Amino acid sequence: MTDTPTFELDGEAVPFTPGETIYEVSQRHQANIPTLCYDDRLEPFGGCRLCVVEVEGYRNPVASCTTVAMAGMKVRTATAQVEKHRKTLVELLTSENPHKKIDPLRGAASQELVTLQRRYGATGERFAGKTSGTSREDDPNPFILRDYDQCISCYRCVRVCAEQESDYAISVMNRGFSTQITTEFDNLLEDSDCTFCGQCVQTCPTGALADRKALRAESLPEPLEATRSVCPYCGVGCSVDLMSKGDKLVAIRPARDGGANEGALCVKGQFAFDFVQHDDRLAYPMVRERGELRRASWDEALDRAAEGLAAASRDHGRHSVYAVASGRAPHESTYTLQKLIRAGFGTNYIDNCSRA
Amino acid sequence: MSNPLSDMERPDVIFAIGTNMTGCHPVAATRIKKAQDKGAMMIVADPRRIPLAQRADLHLQLNVGTDVALLLGMAHVIAREGLVNESFIAARTTESGAFLEHVKRFTPQWAESICGVPAADIETAALAYGRADRGAIFYTLGITEHICGVDNVQSLCNLALMTGHIGRPGTGINPMRGQNNIQGAGDAGGLPNNYVGFQPVDDPANQARFSKAYGRQIDGERGITKVRALDYAAEGKMKAMVICGENTVVSDPDRHHCEKALKNLDTLVVIDIFKTETAELADVVLPASAWAETDGVFTNTERRIQRVRAAVPAHGESKPEWWILSQIARRMELPGFEYESAKDVFNELCSLSEIYRGVDWDKAGEAKYHWPVPAEGHPGTPRLHEEDFPTPSGKGTFKRVEFREPAEVVDDDFPVWLTTGRRLQHYHTRTMTGRAGMHYFVPQETLEVHPADADAWGLKHGGRVKMASKRGEVELAVEVTDRSPRGTVFCSFSFGDTPVNELTGAGYDPITETAELKVCPVKLVAVT
Repeated sequence: MTDTPTFELDGEAVPFTPGETIYEVSQRHQANIPTLCYDDRLEPFGGCRLCVVEVEGYRNPVASCTTVAMAGMKVRTATAQVEKHRKTLVELLTSENPHKKIDPLRGAASQELVTLQRRYGATGERFAGKTSGTSREDDPNPFILRDYDQCISCYRCVRVCAEQESDYAISVMNRGFSTQITTEFDNLLEDSDCTFCGQCVQTCPTGALADRKALRAESLPEPLEATRSVCPYCGVGCSVDLMSKGDKLVAIRPARDGGANEGALCVKGQFAFDFVQHDDRLAYPMVRERGELRRASWDEALDRAAEGLAAASRDHGRHSVYAVASGRAPHESTYTLQKLIRAGFGTNYIDNCSRA
Repeated sequence: MSNPLSDMERPDVIFAIGTNMTGCHPVAATRIKKAQDKGAMMIVADPRRIPLAQRADLHLQLNVGTDVALLLGMAHVIAREGLVNESFIAARTTESGAFLEHVKRFTPQWAESICGVPAADIETAALAYGRADRGAIFYTLGITEHICGVDNVQSLCNLALMTGHIGRPGTGINPMRGQNNIQGAGDAGGLPNNYVGFQPVDDPANQARFSKAYGRQIDGERGITKVRALDYAAEGKMKAMVICGENTVVSDPDRHHCEKALKNLDTLVVIDIFKTETAELADVVLPASAWAETDGVFTNTERRIQRVRAAVPAHGESKPEWWILSQIARRMELPGFEYESAKDVFNELCSLSEIYRGVDWDKAGEAKYHWPVPAEGHPGTPRLHEEDFPTPSGKGTFKRVEFREPAEVVDDDFPVWLTTGRRLQHYHTRTMTGRAGMHYFVPQETLEVHPADADAWGLKHGGRVKMASKRGEVELAVEVTDRSPRGTVFCSFSFGDTPVNELTGAGYDPITETAELKVCPVKLVAVT
């Protein structure tokens, strides 16, 4: 016998830790409960009502994201009744938004509503009529598109800004169909406490908040691919996914399972990546000739570098050669450089840029 | 950092000093902001009303360069009030008696006379940190970029040793490293005093081991720092230099001296991704492939070893640095540079480092190992100093630190303090952020001036000002803001066309030779 409590999830006894919600437990099992206002980093909100389940003995279906599991509960996650309820909700939400292609470039969670529309065959026609949310086309910032026509008032953006960033830069005004996500005094984002960290963009389930820099690549035909890496800026070492289409780096996304950042980024990590494929990049080696730098082959430039170092050592002693390692390049750069100095000249004449 | 980043959400008293964390380490800052939301007390010591200070429970707005006085005053209060952790001191430290005697001289009133923080606030801060269950210290270059940088760090260590706020969850001495792989640059042996993994070069056993590994007798003496090397170059004693991914001309203090030194070299080889101000002076410029084009390893501020991966092809003819440097070595007919991949290089590094020995390329891909990882199968070490300190006795030693004035102090000719730093949207010398749309937020350098000072000095918001020190002069725009205290102005060093580091560089810490970039007396003249 075990002390671990269990409840019945779709006929199967499942163990849980006291305090866990039905939804959290269901995530470890086969149950496929839909959500829209849920983000596992945030306090459960219970706003979208898509995660409703039936619990035996309860009069009405309950939101599984806010209902704490109790021993002996009998929970059914996909009865015809709750599925019909969910379909109606998705129909209602769909009817509120204009029909528009939501490109996956908009953000990490941008396909959540689209996916549910497909699952439930929801077109929005059944409740066609008034729409909610007004896009802020007047906000000229080149980073965050505020396409609130697509907003479903799940408040994930507002909550991530408050609970994860502790910035409280955005808020909700008005009620019902007039509900609008906004900043204090209904200003532009740059006039608010917004730091442009992009958290709201990446948690938005409809693409109402979108990565404007990424959308520059909307017309590229190649598939969108993700490569796990680490941000090149400060020493926090946030895990990121490098989003590429073919040979083009098109966006950066925070990694939800990154140990250092757990899904967070800042404005630099999120948006300051254009330097990689910038026209100013050095494209070929150069050597100085008659006072000017000119293009050279790798062979010529490498010979010139090796000869210059060797000549200094030969003519002025091995302590006339020095190297400065980078705090931005990977370990392999510094390791090879210090080995070149130590193995090549027998000195410890090496430093890195940490003193300035 | 002694503790992992996740511990930042666990202290009950946060003491952040000399760290503009929301600007320089924004994602780490979210964690202490969350800790504060959950009830932790946040104490911020900074000359400026930085965003973290604005949300702090207590802001200790000290004069620039007076950290030692503030921290001695706090140590005095902790000792006087009997908040010393006796059992920790007895078991884990040495020289506590002499230290506790030493701090009796430094009352909060004495500290106030130097650092300008009201004695009552020093008492409050000391009592809070001293009484905390889990007190955590965070610092950045506001502590280290002084002639007394080592004294500042040791003063913080003294506080942690007095109270035992080290080696447990939610505590620690936590320097926030400023660059993505500055920790890794030290780990990988890019230091004049250490081989890979911080193995001292002046230990004969290390010298013998690396001389054997690298096939050549290596000096048993430490090398010189970059600061000294640039001096030697200016004097004509240094003849050749390789600079890898650093825009030395703009980032280092005393730009004129730096340019003169680099121009004096017979051979300057620069490996970079852009034609920086430094590359412009080179004899050979070698194009490196950039982040997102290269495979490799970074280690972050919490000593977490993580892989970076190539997602797009290398630009033009650019190559990874390890390839470029190996090609130079092979042309010098050096053995041991037959690497075919970053993996080959990293695995060799691990084999020679005590703290990386249990890691290899594949394990680094899991991104879960904090060094030291002394053997294969070891889980890594997220939290340092849980049992002992890395000293011969295993104990932490109190240091009897005294306050020293900055290298230069304000006078009639240079009556204003300048302190420098970074801003959120830019990074260092803008080689990256200057080419990534960040000018939308910060298009030019500005000098932050207190409103009352602006009035007194005839400066207008948006107007221009000439700022000069003993070493140089720049002209820039004025931003009137109460982020700056009276008598102290601030700007970043990010803009090459506003070369603020022509002014800095009055002195260096005698041990680390780190420049006093945080303090520089200047004079200001409005441009009309």
